[in-house]
Amino acid sequence: MAAPISLHLEFGGGAELLFDGVKDHHVTLPSQSDPWDMKQLLVWIQRNMLKERPELFVQGDTVRPGILVLINDADWELMGELEYQLQDQDNVVFISTLHGG
Amino acid sequence: MCQVDEEYNALLESRSLPGVSRKCMKCKEGTAVLIIRAGDAFCRGCFKEYFIHKFRAMLGKNRVIFPGERVLLAVSGGLASSSMLAQVQEGLSRDAHKKLRFVPGLIYVDEGGASGQSLDERQRAVTQLEHLFQTTGFPYHIVALEEVFTLPTSVLEAVSAISESSASSYKTAVDQFIQNGGDSVGLRTQEPDSSLADAVAQLRTHDGQPSSCIPPADQSQALERLFASVKTLTAKEDLLQTLRHHLILHTARQRGYSKVMLGESCTRLAIKLLSSISLGRGAALAMDTGFADSRFGDVVIVRPMRDYSSKEIAFYNRLFSVPSTFTPGLDTKTSDKASIQRLTESFVTKLQADFPSTVSTIYRTSEKLQTARSGQTSDADPASKCLLCLCALDTAVEEASAFSATLLSERLSQGIKAAGSSPPAPAPAPAPVLGSDSGSAGQSCSSSAGGSGDGCCGGGGRGGGCCCSSSSVRLPVNSDLKSLLCYSCRLTIKDMTSVDTLPSYIGSEAERRKRRLEMRKEISEFLLDEDEDGDDEQLC
Repeated sequence: MAAPISLHLEFGGGAELLFDGVKDHHVTLPSQSDPWDMKQLLVWIQRNMLKERPELFVQGDTVRPGILVLINDADWELMGELEYQLQDQDNVVFISTLHGG
Repeated sequence: MCQVDEEYNALLESRSLPGVSRKCMKCKEGTAVLIIRAGDAFCRGCFKEYFIHKFRAMLGKNRVIFPGERVLLAVSGGLASSSMLAQVQEGLSRDAHKKLRFVPGLIYVDEGGASGQSLDERQRAVTQLEHLFQTTGFPYHIVALEEVFTLPTSVLEAVSAISESSASSYKTAVDQFIQNGGDSVGLRTQEPDSSLADAVAQLRTHDGQPSSCIPPADQSQALERLFASVKTLTAKEDLLQTLRHHLILHTARQRGYSKVMLGESCTRLAIKLLSSISLGRGAALAMDTGFADSRFGDVVIVRPMRDYSSKEIAFYNRLFSVPSTFTPGLDTKTSDKASIQRLTESFVTKLQADFPSTVSTIYRTSEKLQTARSGQTSDADPASKCLLCLCALDTAVEEASAFSATLLSERLSQGIKAAGSSPPAPAPAPAPVLGSDSGSAGQSCSSSAGGSGDGCCGGGGRGGGCCCSSSSVRLPVNSDLKSLLCYSCRLTIKDMTSVDTLPSYIGSEAERRKRRLEMRKEISEFLLDEDEDGDDEQLC
C-alpha cells in the first residue's frame, strides 16, 4: 500500500479561473495500492477540484492542448508525461497559454 | 518546403517520450529542463541565454529601432508582454557595448468595460499592474478603453510615412550615438536616479488621472452600448482590437513615442494569421503579422516577441520569476466555437500538440508575405486607406473578381429588397461596387430599421431619430461608411446593429472623407488628367 502523497499544485496563466481563482493548492492524495501517476492525478483533479467547465482543463486522458505542465520546474515531457509516477512533496504547475482561460 | 518534409518524416513515427533524464543538447552537461520546438532539450542556463539572445537578435536583425528613440511598450500583463518587459529591462541593464539603446515607456489599456468586468476587479488589476510598472522605473500610462470616445479624428488621418531608413543610416546613427557618450536623450543608467524619479512623478501627475480614477459614467455606458450593439463575438474581438490600436497610437503620438512594441508571440501570430484569412483580411496579412507595421505612418508598430512560442515564454516566466497577471477578456471561458478567432486558436493548439512544428511552419510562411503595392495608391492619399484599420483598401476591383462575386451572391440571396427606397448613394466608385453598395445598403436598411424599431425607440436621444420613418436619413451613413472600409472591416460593421454607437471620431472622419471625395468629383473636370498633355484647362 502506497502512503498518502502530499502535493503542491499551482495554476497560472488563467487556469486558476477554473479553480475559484486560487492559484496555490496543497493537496493530499489518499493512499492506494498502485503508485499515483499523472493520469490518475488528472482524474482526481477533475473529480475533486474542478468547479466548472472540465472541458477547459482536461481533454480525454490528458490536459487540454495549450496547457503546460511542469513537474518540479521541469517540462513533463522530459519526465514521461502521463506515465510519470508522483512522489511525495512534488510540485506540479499547470500554466494555460491560451487566450480563453 | 524541404525543411518541412524533413521534420515531418521524423514526426510521423510516434513521439517517443524520453524516460530517463536527458542532457542539455547545447552544453551536454546540465540536466535538461524543458523541450522546445521539436525535441530540443535545454538546461536552465542555456535556455536563459537562448531566450535573451533571441530577443536582441530580433531587434538587431531588423534595424528599425534607432538609438535614443522613445519606444512605447504595450503591456497587457499577460505572459508574453510581461516577458517582453522583462527582456527590455534585461537589455537595458547590460554593460555599455551590448546595451539596448532606446528609451522605453509603458502603456496598459484597461479593457474591463468591454469584457464586462466589475469596477472592483478592474481597480484591482490596475493597481496590480501599476505596482509592477513602478518597480521598473519607466514612465507609464494607464489608459481606459472608455477614452476611445474622446479621441480626435487625427488618429485616423494617414500620416505620410517617414522616409525609409537604410542600413547605412542605422549604422551611422549608432556610431554617432556611441561617440556622444551614449547619452543623448537621457538614458536610464546615465541619468542620476533622482531626476528620473522626478520625471516619473511629473509624468504621473501629468497623466491627469490617478490610477484610482474611474472613467466617467457616460463613457462607460457608451462603451457598453457599443459592444452590446455588436452581435457576434468575432466582430467584438475585431472591433476591440481596432479600438485598442487607435488608443495606443494616440497615446504614442501625444507623448512623442515613435515606436510601439507589441508582445505577440509566435503562437499568437500564427493564430492571427489563420483567423485573419478567415476574416477577410488577407490583403493586410503582411502588416498584421510582420515584424514592423508602418500603416500609421509616423508611429511604427514592432513585434519583437514574434519568434517565441508561447511555451518558451511561459517556461521562461516560470523559471525566472517574471511577474505577470491574468485579466479575463472577451473570450475567456467561451466554448471553442464562440468566434472565429477562438476556433482557430483551438485548431492550431491541438495541431501543435501532435505536430510540434506547426506553429513554426506557419510563422515561416508569414515571414515570406509581402504587400503588393498597387501603383496608383499613394501613401498620402487618405481616401485609399480603410477608415478603421488604415490598411490599403482592397475593395476597388473590377467586375470579374472574387469580391464582386461575393457581393453579387449576397445581394441575390437577400432578394431584391427595397431597391427603390435607397437614395442615390453619392459614392464615385466603379459600377459594380456602386450597385452592390445600394444592394447592401438596402439590406442594412431593413435590418437597421428592424433593429432600431426595437432598440432605439425606447432609448430616446439620437437613437430616437433613427426609426423607420427616417430610415432614409440613416441609410447614407451606413452605406457611406461601408464604402470607406476594407472588406473585413465591412464585415465587422455589418455585424453591428447600430453604427451610431461607434465613437464620434470615426463618424466625423468618415464624413470628412466623403466630403472630400464629393469635392474631388465636382472639380474633377477641372483637374488636369495625366494622360492628356495637350489639354489645357483653365485654372483660375
